[in-house]
Amino acid sequence: MTAKKRVKIIMAKPGLDGHDRGAKLLARVFAEAGMEVVYTGLRQTPEMIVDAALQEDADVVGLSSLSGVHNYFFPRVVQLLKEKGLDDVLVVGGGIIPEEDVAELKKAGVAAIFGPGTRTDDIIKFIEDNVSRS
Amino acid sequence: MFDKEQLKSIKAKKEEWDCGPVEKVCAKFPERRSVFTTISGEEVDRLYTPADVADLDYENKLGFPGEYPFTRGVQPTMYRGRLWTMRQYAGFGTARETNARYRYLLKQGQTGLSVAFDLPTQSGYDSDHPLSMGEVGKVGVAIDSIDDMRVLFDQIPLDKVTTSMTINAPATVLLAMYLALAEAQDVPYDKVGGTVQNDILKEIICRGQYIYPPLPSMRLTVDLIKYCYEYVPRWNTISISGYHIREAGSTAAQEMAFTIANGISYVQACMDAGMEIDSFGPRLSFFYNAFTNVLEEVAKFRAGRRYWAKIMKERFGAKNPRSMMMRYHVQTGGVTLTAQQPLNNVVRVALQTLATAYGGAQSLHTNSFDEALCLPTEEAVTVALRTQQIVAEESGAADSIDPLAGSYYVEAMTDRIEEEIDEYIKKIDAMGGTLKAIEEGYIQREIQDSAYRFQKEIEANERIYVGINKYTMEEPPLKNLLKVDPKQQEIETEKLKKFRAARDQEVWKSALDRLDEVSRTDENVMPAVIEAVKAKATVGEVCDVWRNIWGEYRPKEFV
Amino acid sequence: MDDLVAAVLQGSVKAMARLITLVENEDARALQIMGAIYPHTGNAYVLGITGSPGTGKSTLTDKITSILREREQTVGVIAVDPSSPFTGGALLGDRIRMQRSSGDAEVFIRSMATRGTLGGLARTTNDVVKIMDAFGKNWVIVETVGVGQDEVEIAKTADTTIVVLAPGLGDTIQSMKAGVMEIADLYVVNKADRSGADELVNEVTFRVEQDAHIRKAVWKPPVVKTIALENQGTNSLMEAIEEHRSFLRQSGKLRKNRREKTRQETLALLREEISRNVLERVLGNGRFDALIDDIVAHKKDPYTSVQEIVRTIFPEE
Ligand code: B12
Ligand SMILES: Nc1nc2c(ncn2[C@@H]2O[C@H](COP(=O)(O)OP(=O)(O)O)[C@@H](O)[C@H]2O)c(=O)[nH]1
Ligand SMILES: [Mg+2]
Repeated sequence: MTAKKRVKIIMAKPGLDGHDRGAKLLARVFAEAGMEVVYTGLRQTPEMIVDAALQEDADVVGLSSLSGVHNYFFPRVVQLLKEKGLDDVLVVGGGIIPEEDVAELKKAGVAAIFGPGTRTDDIIKFIEDNVSRS
Repeated sequence: MFDKEQLKSIKAKKEEWDCGPVEKVCAKFPERRSVFTTISGEEVDRLYTPADVADLDYENKLGFPGEYPFTRGVQPTMYRGRLWTMRQYAGFGTARETNARYRYLLKQGQTGLSVAFDLPTQSGYDSDHPLSMGEVGKVGVAIDSIDDMRVLFDQIPLDKVTTSMTINAPATVLLAMYLALAEAQDVPYDKVGGTVQNDILKEIICRGQYIYPPLPSMRLTVDLIKYCYEYVPRWNTISISGYHIREAGSTAAQEMAFTIANGISYVQACMDAGMEIDSFGPRLSFFYNAFTNVLEEVAKFRAGRRYWAKIMKERFGAKNPRSMMMRYHVQTGGVTLTAQQPLNNVVRVALQTLATAYGGAQSLHTNSFDEALCLPTEEAVTVALRTQQIVAEESGAADSIDPLAGSYYVEAMTDRIEEEIDEYIKKIDAMGGTLKAIEEGYIQREIQDSAYRFQKEIEANERIYVGINKYTMEEPPLKNLLKVDPKQQEIETEKLKKFRAARDQEVWKSALDRLDEVSRTDENVMPAVIEAVKAKATVGEVCDVWRNIWGEYRPKEFV
Repeated sequence: MDDLVAAVLQGSVKAMARLITLVENEDARALQIMGAIYPHTGNAYVLGITGSPGTGKSTLTDKITSILREREQTVGVIAVDPSSPFTGGALLGDRIRMQRSSGDAEVFIRSMATRGTLGGLARTTNDVVKIMDAFGKNWVIVETVGVGQDEVEIAKTADTTIVVLAPGLGDTIQSMKAGVMEIADLYVVNKADRSGADELVNEVTFRVEQDAHIRKAVWKPPVVKTIALENQGTNSLMEAIEEHRSFLRQSGKLRKNRREKTRQETLALLREEISRNVLERVLGNGRFDALIDDIVAHKKDPYTSVQEIVRTIFPEE
């Protein structure tokens, strides 16, 4: 990594979900932690999210879902990333995600899931420790 | 309330007390914090005395329940006459499943219905729309057509129960279906009671279920208000909502201020459309949050009632006292509930219910202890409903009106929150009203900044949250979460296919054409919408008519 | 790395995205990369969009992109946002305004943080323009930060520079720095749905006339009124852009301007190269600190010393 290198993260809200309190909070906190953050806004399709990741050459894609659509959207995003050759992008997720769904999501390629009440510095630490691209 | 001499003496004694015993004790045993604040960040003093409410002019600022300025409540007898309506927000899966939940709740003593629609319905997409993929029935009930509506209210007589529908951009469509259904049940429109949320401004601010640009959206809002004034007199035509603003992160004062600001915009829009203030004023209703800090919430409600009454009377010239009443529904604060140690949430909700009762609400939804995990299970929602019933029947909170009035603390806090509301309203007025303030992101930023501050306080342990930053423990995940069948979409799509095939295509087509025509003029759209849904147009089809005319809206989102 | 450049030239979006990152990070290979890219540049038309925050730059960029797409032009967009001087992080918020264009395979949107550079662009924005150019984008649109009105860097990059104004944002022509008048090839008064738009148009038009008269300019910047949100006036804007472009072409100014830009760029590179080289040698041998000691002790003076250093590195013939 060169001195100028910064972690670039896409914060995305897939689907019709309007819960953005957490996503916006994290966007701000990530920027404060020195990351370059692209917040996509609401109502993103997996294609839009992956397009953003591709063009922005993101190191991390963050998916926030509180409307029970994680099982539908998260694996699709990971799959599409793979199809575009973006296997090295770290995918993390959070929101309202039942414990019992987590294993399946991880198998699909989501590196970690964070639920309500998580400290934001724990999330930042996870990203910094796991972001692989140089 | 006190004469000058008395006040002077009280002030002097307070000072003595502060400098004497208090200082002495503090020197030995410092207080837990240097500054105490409410969850909204309002500073709280050690002790309130009559000096803090020296300007309290009882008759002008408090008055009597049912009388201007309604600080103490909107009805003369309040809960001594009738308890607040217990109305649990519910909806998931198919209309059939949700209907079963409604009937269960009614059987358990719930006194009103509240419909949670799924996100496709709220965004005006049918269940078979590509953007509905994965979302159908997930966080609300999927309603595409009048047939679904019929199933939703199966065996529920619409003249015996009032129904609140959380529906905004497509509010006209769902109300039309409800009215068409009432007609089918032989219930005349003037016997139908309930509420549609119909509050598009807060969707743009913080809830995200918008479809059209603000101006045509406001036109739909006003059309609905106008139509109901003429034909559905018992309907609450709008539920101007602070609940979501608070959930998105605002403080208590901001919640009340931004809601009132939106209310002002709606009133102005109706008046601009040529309506008399006292025609639609009495049917405006509100929707607020209740957090756990009981006294702050009570003060917020009282301040809001007083401020709104003044706005309606002085700014808009209302004459009918009913136009000046801020009647409102409350939902307890979802965002205050934790995924950690979920049973603790029952306690939080109980306190929030108490705040609601002391505050004088007209109806209440209590959140379930599994709030931060899933849609409420039957077990959890039962406890939530029982919580209301316990507070209503056992605590005594419903037996005397506005019992916290006269508390130095509550009155001082009421005044302070009212002042804050006033400051915000002035600022927003200066910006040219809510639409401008929203477009510039002012309101959104204020809310987000508060949310951010709150999170920082928690993470710095400056504010204690049980189970989050103190008193934490290892625990197994909660079992038996409510799950919606992922096959939902297929079921609904199949149903829709049949529904579309079976309808009279010509009648359907001409009803939609008629709607298109009307929508391009100034004529009220409601009658044409009712005809369209009777002609079996779906929610998506009606919404598409308007999408074609007005386009879709993407508000600027601010981080 | 050569592979990456080759892939970009063959149209790999992913390769372009990654190459941009390398350049943006001022990777050691950046000069080499740009060297390989350069021969393939010069074909794209570069549009710069500047103006105060909230005037509608991103929205306009989105609309212009749509129009270009209807004309089957491919488009690259670079949207620059500020980095925090304290944390180095950045919230890159323009992309969210460009939803209509995203999802189109022929539109490539890249957000860039300024990373400490002032003047409205990131240090490497110009290079990113070249990469998009080499990739084959017919148009590259650069949206500047828009914090101050002294953002004149954009004119060094763009063929046509658009200054966007809007009523009600305290945007008056009086508040505009002289520099902005010099870089504007055309003005947009956006948010014409708001009151005060006509006044603003009049005001700007008046100033433009005045200025053109004083400077005896051959090109008088037109003032276009738009409502970007409702896509009104955007076609006229596009026409005005095309007009300016033809003017540049026909008058030979396009070539002249680009030559001047190339000159400036090359000079800048040269300056950088020289200073890097010189500093490396001067700071590399530890004698610099000894020199500073002498200067502090007033045994030497900094003025003569510096001259001596340079003379030893570049001995006079
Ligand atoms: C606030 C809230 C709202 C607000 C949202 C305001 C806003 N602009 O965000 C309002 C009131 C508008 C709202 C509305 C609805 N809500 Co709501 N809401 C909540 C609530 C109470 C809190 C969510 C929240 O903001 N928490 C605070 C933030 C800071 O935390 P967070 O988002 O969880 O984020 C943290 C972690 O999850 C994680 N994280 C989150 N995202 C990401 C992403 C990444 C990449 C990472 C690394 C981490 C991460 O890190 C964060 C920091 O700790 C939850 C229940 C709860 N207590 O969690 C229900 C809840 C999410 N809502 C729910 C529902 C059903 C709705 C509605 C759909 C109801 C309806 N039918 O109309 C509506 C519609 C909303 C819409 N348009 O989509 C359900 C969802 C059920 C489900 N998923 O199975 C919940 C769980 C409540 C319930 N039990 O019924 N809601
Ligand atoms: N009223 C009005 N608002 C506009 C218009 N164009 C853009 N906006 C809004 O102005 C805000 C700022 O736009 P944006 O493109 O992000 O501005 P930028 O900061 O200059 O890039 C957004 O809310 C847009 O929706 C317009 O023509 N009229
Ligand atoms: Mg912008």
